[in-house]
Amino acid sequence: MTKQESSARPQFAVEERVAEESVRMFDGIPSPAQATYWSIPGPVLFSVIAVLGLACFAYIVARRLAPLLRGERDIRFDRPLVRLQRVFQYWLGQWKHPRFRFAGTMHILIFAGFLILAFQAFSLLIVGNSGDAVIARFSENAGRSYGILKDYAATIVFLCMVIAATRRIVFKPARYEVPSRYGKGHRADAIFLLALIATLMVSESLFEACKASMQAQHGLQAELLAVLSLPWLLKNALSTVSAATLWNTYRGAYLVDVLTFYFLLCYRPFGIQFHVETSLFNVYFAKLDRGTVKPVRWGVDLDHVKSFGVKTFLDFTWKHMLDFYSCADCGRCSDQCPANAVGRPLSPRFLTTKARDYSFRHYPVVGAVANGTPLIGSIYSEDEIWSCTTCGACEEECPLLIEYIDKIVDLRRGMVDDGNVPKSLQKPLKALESRGNPYGKMEKKRAEWTKLADFQKSCAVPVLDGRQSAESLYFVDSITSYDDRMQSIGRATARILNHVGANFGILGPAEKDSGHEVRRFGEETLFMALRDANVEAIEASGVQRIVTSDPHAFNALKHDYRDLPPVEHTSQLIAREVKAGKIRFNPVEDGDKIYTYHDPCYLGRHNQIYDDPRQVLDAIPGLKRVEMGRSRDRALCCGGGGLMLFYEPKEDQRIGVLRARMAADAGANVIVTACPFCMVNMEDAIKVAGSEGKLTAIDLTELVDQQIARESVSEVVAGEQVVVTRQEGAPV
Amino acid sequence: MEILVCVRRVPDTAENEIELNRAGNDIERDDIVYSVNEWDNYAVEEALQIVAKSGGNVTVVTVGGEDDEEVLRREMAMGANHGVLITDEAFNGSDGRGIATILKAYIQKNKYDLILTGVQAEDGGAQVGGMLASFLDYPFASLVNSIEVLDHNKLKISREIAGGSKEMNEIDLPCVLSIQTGINEPRYVGMRGIRQVASLEIPTYGASDLGLDPNSVGDAAAKVKRTDYFLPALGKGAEILQGSREEIIDSLIGLLKSKGGLK
Repeated sequence: MTKQESSARPQFAVEERVAEESVRMFDGIPSPAQATYWSIPGPVLFSVIAVLGLACFAYIVARRLAPLLRGERDIRFDRPLVRLQRVFQYWLGQWKHPRFRFAGTMHILIFAGFLILAFQAFSLLIVGNSGDAVIARFSENAGRSYGILKDYAATIVFLCMVIAATRRIVFKPARYEVPSRYGKGHRADAIFLLALIATLMVSESLFEACKASMQAQHGLQAELLAVLSLPWLLKNALSTVSAATLWNTYRGAYLVDVLTFYFLLCYRPFGIQFHVETSLFNVYFAKLDRGTVKPVRWGVDLDHVKSFGVKTFLDFTWKHMLDFYSCADCGRCSDQCPANAVGRPLSPRFLTTKARDYSFRHYPVVGAVANGTPLIGSIYSEDEIWSCTTCGACEEECPLLIEYIDKIVDLRRGMVDDGNVPKSLQKPLKALESRGNPYGKMEKKRAEWTKLADFQKSCAVPVLDGRQSAESLYFVDSITSYDDRMQSIGRATARILNHVGANFGILGPAEKDSGHEVRRFGEETLFMALRDANVEAIEASGVQRIVTSDPHAFNALKHDYRDLPPVEHTSQLIAREVKAGKIRFNPVEDGDKIYTYHDPCYLGRHNQIYDDPRQVLDAIPGLKRVEMGRSRDRALCCGGGGLMLFYEPKEDQRIGVLRARMAADAGANVIVTACPFCMVNMEDAIKVAGSEGKLTAIDLTELVDQQIARESVSEVVAGEQVVVTRQEGAPV
Repeated sequence: MEILVCVRRVPDTAENEIELNRAGNDIERDDIVYSVNEWDNYAVEEALQIVAKSGGNVTVVTVGGEDDEEVLRREMAMGANHGVLITDEAFNGSDGRGIATILKAYIQKNKYDLILTGVQAEDGGAQVGGMLASFLDYPFASLVNSIEVLDHNKLKISREIAGGSKEMNEIDLPCVLSIQTGINEPRYVGMRGIRQVASLEIPTYGASDLGLDPNSVGDAAAKVKRTDYFLPALGKGAEILQGSREEIIDSLIGLLKSKGGLK
């Protein structure tokens, strides 16, 4: 500011004040929007800024929408009420945020502050009046309350910006680091954004403070400022300032506020802050059905689909592209990802940000668009896409409900379509095609597990081949049918079914692999062949319900198949029979045993069955159970089932070893699980970690079979009421 | 470049429990699943990679019956442009020489720049490639594990020789090469691919189409005849190393060194 200017100021201000006698007054003092700035009349200046700002924003958003309009179809307009409910829960209610207590709380505060201030911003920018004034038109008290609320909101947001910047600069949480293989870090960008928001808060508060001070100087009834809020502090700091300076600061703050607002508006679509705009839509259009996999193409007959899966960017659906824009890069997905935890070349966070950057490069705001380059080999590597266990931990964590599994499956479909499948997976896939199981074992040996001499005598397992029929079908699936170790789960299941008096049978040689992983590994056509064969066999068997001990088969039958009788996992059946008194347990004999329950992903996260298995365990007298640090919806995957057992990932250590360590850390010496694949991985991990003798793994069915009190059923019912000793308030 | 790949359908050793039949002259063939001979799969992949770079067509051919069409379709799903089935009752019981004679007759009626076979078949004796080259009077190289097209008349090829070193050769076209596994990574053939080629026409040729005298092939002309078929008795069991972990490691390293596995 030159001397001449500053000396001219007071004069200028006074003249202007006179001139503005005729203009609209704003709470007793002239509106800043009506003042003159460098000889430009305010209304002209702010109209130009507003039009330019909004036009820029509209243009940028239109360019950002360009790939979405060209992307693949996605059906997301159904069930509006369910979607609205999710908007209330996950967007307005910020449901996922407290899972990361510190960062989540900060986000809730900032989000709430933004909502309160958004009203203020729109009132100021559009109406030219502050938000409290707008509300005051309806009720003076409401206006005053809003004024105080918004003062505190600005203060809290400002403080959050300071804390967030301190975190970024001083504490540097590991979650935000970007390993060099995934690109450059974005700390500078993050801090710049925080600074912009802080500027917005300060300018707004300064404006309020000046206004209140001016009102006081003019002997008007000053607007009440919230005690200890930023405007209140600034007002006190300004108490001795001259009228001219106050007036200039008042206008200056308003100008800075307006400019920062529009700059931020147009800057956000270039990075992580875009989620401010997209999050509402992302949550509304989020996937509703757990455990499912999207079809190859929505609403298209597969015979007419030329190319399967995602090969280039435009093969993604518009919703999946919206996911890319919505990612706030908070890193919570990768923090929970088992593949990332053991150094596999996959980190869900970067799966998204790499695609977002690709989209920004190929669909730029300025310049020509370009699609075409295959994603695999450019932004993604093959190993990256095969590394995912589809455990769903990332999706469970994402506050914005971004989807990962469907994208991974789509990318795998693309690779399968191009014949790009690792050798380790080609053999089991070929065997699934010719023999219906990944091991290449003969179909006629699928029921061999029932033929162990001792077992056969005590427990009949009829094969439902048309000559025999039954009420329930036990769907065994490949691993339990053929794997020597897992066959024990099959026999335990059969004995339990027998004990509760179920009228059941198996499909035997007519059963094929459920195809659960075949589908999730991208071989959709093979999956459909397996599914069709199973559906036909199940229909022919005439059963009324299905039970399985394999959560992968359970998920496939429940979500990937259609029009089947109701499907249940054994843990559900056992829990029900325990409650009904049909199953009673002998007390645990070994008092040194401490049990922990490991949630299989496809029972827990994908199907929300967390309590049934725990209730069963807690019903066993004398059983001591502890929870691992990560359990229920945060349980760490065992390493992956189905075809994942054949895949040879690049990793520093096995995921299962991490999990076994968690069990040991929780003080457990027995890991109970309810999935044959978890069993494979946990038993391997125990060996690899050298924990044999210290740690064992057992399937829920095996434990139940071992502890079951084998009196006759009628005795149990006639006897004392079976008390389900569920431990209330068990740590979750 | 026009490339012909000779393929064969074999019982899949990974997906069958191979048992002798009652007569003891063959394996039990009921409930057996088949696949493309592993070496042939590498040969087709190599042919596809060559035409992807230098242009041309890949044709796959097999001598057999109707059931053998399955492997032709699988290779067509992989990307081969044409499939040819050579089938005739008269061909039954052919030995290696007979198969080479039949293939020679087919090749002479067409024009191929390059003919590939697998080094051997899982149920065969690595005979056909060499004999075929000889009958055609074409140059032949076996155990090929890399191919580079130099110009339209020449290839640069390599093969691994004992001890792991590689020998580089130049060979004139047309020629016959037998392809070793590991030359490439054969692409995956999905069920969708197989369905897409399910309705494609596969031409078949018999003895008369190829101008073959039935007496020159088949059982009648076979000079090598299988006389017996048996599973060898199990040898001595595996050796379990004893001792502390360090001792076991030391003796394992010693064993690997003495067998040439470590240098």
